[in-house]
Amino acid sequence: MATENPAGDLRLANLSKTFGAFTAVDELSLTIPQGSFFALLGASGCGKTTTLRMVAGLEEPTSGQVLLGDRDITRLRPYKRPVNTVFQSYALFPHLDIFENVAFGLRRRGIRPVHGPVRQMLSLVQLDGYERRRPAQLSGGQQQRVALARALINHPQVLLLDEPLGALDLKLRRQMQIELKRIQVEVGITFVHVTHDQEEAMTMADTVAVMNAGRIEQLGTPAEIYEFPATAFVANFLGQSNLIAADVSGGNGGDLLVTAHGARFSVPSARSRADQGPVFLGVRPEKLQLAAAAGQVPAGNQHLEGSITDASYVGVSTQYLLRTGWGTELSVFVANTGAQERFAVGERVVAHWNPQHAFLLDRRADEHDRTTPVLVP
Amino acid sequence: MSALAHLPTGSRQPASPPKAARSERYRLLPYLLLLPGAAWLFLFFVVPLVQLAAASLYDPTGSLSTGYVLTWAFGNYPAAVQAYWPQFARSFAYAGIALLLALLMGYPLAYAIAQRAGRWKNLLLVCVIAPMFTSFLVRTLAWKTILSDNGWLVGLLRDVHLLGPDGRLLATPIAVVLGLTYNFLPFLVLPLYASLERLDHRLLEASSDLYASPLKTFRRVTLPLSMPGLIAGTLLFFIPATGDYINAELLGTPNEYMIGNVIDSAFLVRLDYPQGAALSFLLMSAILAVVFGYLRRAGTREVL
Repeated sequence: MATENPAGDLRLANLSKTFGAFTAVDELSLTIPQGSFFALLGASGCGKTTTLRMVAGLEEPTSGQVLLGDRDITRLRPYKRPVNTVFQSYALFPHLDIFENVAFGLRRRGIRPVHGPVRQMLSLVQLDGYERRRPAQLSGGQQQRVALARALINHPQVLLLDEPLGALDLKLRRQMQIELKRIQVEVGITFVHVTHDQEEAMTMADTVAVMNAGRIEQLGTPAEIYEFPATAFVANFLGQSNLIAADVSGGNGGDLLVTAHGARFSVPSARSRADQGPVFLGVRPEKLQLAAAAGQVPAGNQHLEGSITDASYVGVSTQYLLRTGWGTELSVFVANTGAQERFAVGERVVAHWNPQHAFLLDRRADEHDRTTPVLVP
Repeated sequence: MSALAHLPTGSRQPASPPKAARSERYRLLPYLLLLPGAAWLFLFFVVPLVQLAAASLYDPTGSLSTGYVLTWAFGNYPAAVQAYWPQFARSFAYAGIALLLALLMGYPLAYAIAQRAGRWKNLLLVCVIAPMFTSFLVRTLAWKTILSDNGWLVGLLRDVHLLGPDGRLLATPIAVVLGLTYNFLPFLVLPLYASLERLDHRLLEASSDLYASPLKTFRRVTLPLSMPGLIAGTLLFFIPATGDYINAELLGTPNEYMIGNVIDSAFLVRLDYPQGAALSFLLMSAILAVVFGYLRRAGTREVL
């Protein structure tokens, strides 16, 4: 009963949406393979929800196409699309009980029987026995699961999730993330998940697309994006990064040499998004290590000196702020494995990193260091 | 109200009055608030109603000059029905047809104002209420002009042969029904508007997302959710329309008279108080019966 069309990839081709002078979605092209868990990640106003609504048919594209398999569904009315949505507000029907809310899609299409599938779906989302309750009598997490069941029961080719966990508290959100992932694997339907929460996107999705200003900045698996971001925006939106303004000064075999604030560093060319001109030298805070003196830095590691200006002990790690010679503060996360001594505020230390963990990003000439000296995650 | 009473003892105890007296005073408060309204209703609704009930059981042979005697004359009721059942039937028929017409016009109107009017919303609402700024009587007299035999409407209808050469609108049942529809339309539209205005647009999107065509969305989501307004509106329309006598008086002839006209003449022209009172009670109970039957069918859960 899953899908009739085996080639059910969702494709967006040059999709644009403008509201007056404002471009919400800008020439977006994207292929989402059937059966994948795909996350559209971005800050609010980046066009991710508008993209989702165009797939659902609730918003008409200004130009471009939405294709499901070989079928062009761009102009299809929402009620004719094999696509269902879990809305941010859940949008459960207040005048219907839970059973009828979940049965809504089946009944409108005249599909019988209704009872079996509804009960099965309610048990999938662990709401057995709630059939006769009204939405208002349920907690936020339960309403969220009803909204999920109401969409899933129709076996859509694509399930759209619009910030579905936004209204839940942290603990419940973690629980629902695992739950959603489990259900997706179980039903094998393509999930397209819109969120502004990078952790949520990384926990659940196979593929993440980071959106900014109506465009996709980077697309890949969570690990690919995190380990080697494509732009400064991605580097700081997905986790934290220390981005040091630098300029490419030359090459040395497989490495690029850069100069930053008078110091020279090398980065493998394979980890460079630019090979000349102004660049950012990026290192994730947890990839930085601290040593008491330059002599203790392992051979082959890059290093720079500085003094500790802040140290926060957060249990699993200690998060330091390190002021460099030129005044920029870098974040350094050191795991509390017990193998390393801890440093006190004011101490002079050497931060070092494996060049394989650094990356080079394109930079406009007037941009300065972009670090995120926020200690608490 | 007893939140303070649950505070741990010892902190700010001395200044507060004894616990019992305090909650006693709060318990009486709602009744005190009810008092003026209740007294008003008792004096000017319950007392006259009892008086009217008594009048409906007076000896029918009495008159204002000879005086009335309370003889528990229950025969007044069957006699009144016997004499005036056509006017009763007509009242319900006219009010019913007018209600249907008003629903056909009023629902789309209320929907458009509530969901689609945007910045014109307030202006359109004022337009719905504006006729109320003039008196009911003046408005009905205006309809007399609109429907008159040499008015433009009759002329137009004669030209397109919807009316015969001698056909007329005034002094026909059509005129009375049109008058009722017009005069009570705002009472239907306003409560409907209020409930449609609260309708969450996202529910309509969800319905559309779940395979409901616009028609099915209306039937399954919009209509059920506007039920409280619809019920309130139909009652506010139907109850006064059934008892109305101005429209039949001004736009109709004795052949179109409704029960209101009969009651009016029993009290003010024929001076037959027992009959007028009996007819009033019959009308009241008939309307109550219709309303309760309607509420049972429409589902009280939506109202409450």
